[in-house]
Amino acid sequence: MAGISLQNVVKNYGRLEVVHGINLEIDHNEFVVLVGPSGCGKSTTLRMIAGLEDISDGDISIGDRVVNDLPPRKRNVSMVFQNYALYPHMNVRENLGFGLKIAGQSKEAVEQRVQEAADILGLSELLERIPAELSGGQRQRVAMGRAIVRHPEAFLFDEPLSNLDAKLRVQMRTEIKKLHNKVRTTVVYVTHDQVEAMTLADRIVVMKDGYIEQVGTPMEVFNHPVNTFVASFIGSPPMNLIPATITSGQVEFRDATKIPVPSRLAGSVSDGQEVIFGIRPDDLTPIGHGIHEARETTDIDLTVDLAELLGTETLLYTTFVGQEVQGKMFDPRDVTPGETLTFRLSLDKAHIFDAASGQSVRRH
Amino acid sequence: MHPAIQGVITIVLGVGGCIGYFYFANQLLDKVIFPAKGPNTGRNINRANQIRPWLFLFPAMFALGLYLAYPVFETLRLSFTDRSQGGAFVGFANYSQMLDEPKFWEAIRNNMLWLIVVPAMSTAFGLLAAQLTDRISWGNIAKSLIFMPMAISFVGAGVIWKLVYEARPEDVSQIGVLNAVLVGLGGEPQTWLTIPLWNNFFLMIVLIWIQTGFAMVILSAALRGIPEETVEAAIIDGANPFQIFFKIKVPQIMPTIVVVWTTITLTVLKVFDIVFTMTNGQWETQVLANYMYDKLFRANDWGVGSAAAIVIMLLVSPILAWNVYNARKEMR
Repeated sequence: MAGISLQNVVKNYGRLEVVHGINLEIDHNEFVVLVGPSGCGKSTTLRMIAGLEDISDGDISIGDRVVNDLPPRKRNVSMVFQNYALYPHMNVRENLGFGLKIAGQSKEAVEQRVQEAADILGLSELLERIPAELSGGQRQRVAMGRAIVRHPEAFLFDEPLSNLDAKLRVQMRTEIKKLHNKVRTTVVYVTHDQVEAMTLADRIVVMKDGYIEQVGTPMEVFNHPVNTFVASFIGSPPMNLIPATITSGQVEFRDATKIPVPSRLAGSVSDGQEVIFGIRPDDLTPIGHGIHEARETTDIDLTVDLAELLGTETLLYTTFVGQEVQGKMFDPRDVTPGETLTFRLSLDKAHIFDAASGQSVRRH
Repeated sequence: MHPAIQGVITIVLGVGGCIGYFYFANQLLDKVIFPAKGPNTGRNINRANQIRPWLFLFPAMFALGLYLAYPVFETLRLSFTDRSQGGAFVGFANYSQMLDEPKFWEAIRNNMLWLIVVPAMSTAFGLLAAQLTDRISWGNIAKSLIFMPMAISFVGAGVIWKLVYEARPEDVSQIGVLNAVLVGLGGEPQTWLTIPLWNNFFLMIVLIWIQTGFAMVILSAALRGIPEETVEAAIIDGANPFQIFFKIKVPQIMPTIVVVWTTITLTVLKVFDIVFTMTNGQWETQVLANYMYDKLFRANDWGVGSAAAIVIMLLVSPILAWNVYNARKEMR
C-alpha cells in the first residue's frame, strides 16, 4: 500500500545527463502514465523506480521507504516488459510462480496465488503451455499475471503494448484498465502512444528531453496544455499551431488575417506580443458540421486541399498562412479538393502560447 | 628438391586442381551436356540445375568415401582375419582374444573415467569462464588466454605438460613446475605420471586445459544470446545472481551445453596423442586408441588392432548421432 515519490531524480551515463532532476508524487493506487517521444527519459525513469538503473542523484521513495540503494527484489515492485520477457524454458504455471517460489513460499501458497492470478487474467487453460506456444496477447497476459501474483506495492509497465498489432493493442488496453479496477494498486505505465496515455491514466506525465513538461489528468493535459510541445503531442490529429502577433487586441496572422483574441485570454496577452495560436482540428469545423455549440466563434474561409474520410468524420487538410492546417467535418458530406468552405473556429477552445518561450499565456 | 618448394607445388596443384575441376565441370555441364539454347532451353536449364549440386559435391563425397567409408569396411573385414595365418578368416577370435586381455579392460575403464571427467569439467569450467569473463573489463584478454591452448596440438600440449609433471631426484633442482612448487613448500618430489589411477587424472587435466577454451567460446556466445529482459524480469522477481545463473540462464542455453558436452565427449573417446606422448599407456593409463595403436603398429597384429578400432567406432557412433541431432535442433 504505497505511493511513489521522486525528488530531484537525476540520471546520467558518464557525462551525458538524460534525466534532469525530476519531481513527481504518485498517489497510492493511482494509475500514472509517463508519456513522451523516444529518448525523453521515461523508460529510464521507470527503470530507476524498478531498481534496474542506479539513481545518479535525488531520492526515490516507495511508501515511506527511500529505495535508492535497495536492490530490485527488496522494493516489492513488479514490472511488465515490452517484449514480455517470459522465461522461455518454463511453462505458464512456472513463469507465474517463479518469483514466489524463489521467495521461499510453500507449494500450496504458490499454487493458490498462481491460480488466483490465472483466474483474473483468464489463463487457467494455458497453465501447462510454454511461451512459444502462446499468441502475443496471451504472452502479454502471462507477463501481467507474473506481475500480479506477487501482490506488489506497485506495477511498472514499460511499453507493454508496443509489440502487439493494432487491434490486439486496443483490446489489451481495455484489459489493463479492467485489471487495474480489479487489482487496485499503484501503477506507473510508460508509453509513447498518447492515446494509451489518455485512455488509461488517472494522471498523465508528459516528458521531453529528460524534463517533465506537464503533469495532470488527461482532460487537464488535453484542454490546458502548458506549452506548444504538450499541445502538439497530446491529441490526434495534433493541434494546429500558427504563428501570429497580437495587434490592438486581435490575433494578426502573417497574411494580415485578424481574428479576435479569445475573451478568457484577453488579459493575458499584450499588444505587439509574438505568439503561437493553437486550435485543435475538432474546433475548426465547417459551419453546420461542428460537434458542440461554441459560445465564442469566428469564421474564416479556407480551401480544402485534401479530404480524408474516417466515417463519422472527415479530416480536412487546408493551407493557412503558408502552413498545413487541419480541420474536421463531423456528420460529413462529400468534399472535393479545391472547394472553399467557411470554417467556424471555436475561440473558447483556442490556445495562445508565447512565441519565445512556447509557454501558454493562460495563468495557472 | 627442397621440401618447401614441394609444399608450394602441392598447394598450387591442389588448389588449382580444385578450381579447375569446378570451373571446367560447370562449363561442361552448361555448354556441352545441357546447353541453354536450342529447342529444349528451359528443360536443359532445369536439368543442369538439378545436376549441379551433385557435380560440386562429388570431390568431397569421393574423398570421404575413399578415406572414411572404405576404411570402415576394410577395418571390419580385417578384424575378422588373422595375419599369422596369412589373413585367414577367423570369426570373432580377435575379439575374444582382446576381451581376455587385462590391458583392454584397463583401457575401457580409463576411457570411461575420461568420459565422465573431461567433458563435465571442460563444460563446467568453460561455462564459468564464459559467465565471469563477460562481466569484467579485461574479460577479452582473459578469454584469449583461456582459448589459446586450443591452438596447440595435442602432442605439443602433451610435451608441455610432461615438463610440468617432470620429476628429478630429490637432491637435484626440479625443472617440473609442480615438483618445484612442492619441494619449495618442503615436500618430496613425486613422479606424478607413475602413480596409478591418479596419473589418469593428471593426463585428463591436459585435455581439460585444451577443451575449456572451446567450451567457453561457444557458451559465451550462447550466454550473450539470452534476452536481457528475461534476466531483468528475474531480477525484479527477486532472484539472486546464483538463481539467475542456474534457473534462468543455464536452462536457456541447455541445448548448447549438450552440444558442447557431446562434442568434447567425441574428442575424449578418440583421445590418443596425450596418452601416447606422456605415458604411452604405462602405469595403468592405457586408453582404447593407444591400445589400438599398440596392437596395430607395435605388435603388428592387425586383427586385434582392427577389432579395437571397431569397438571405438561403436562407442563413438551413438554419441556422434546424438550430437548431430542436437546441433541441428539448436540451429532450427
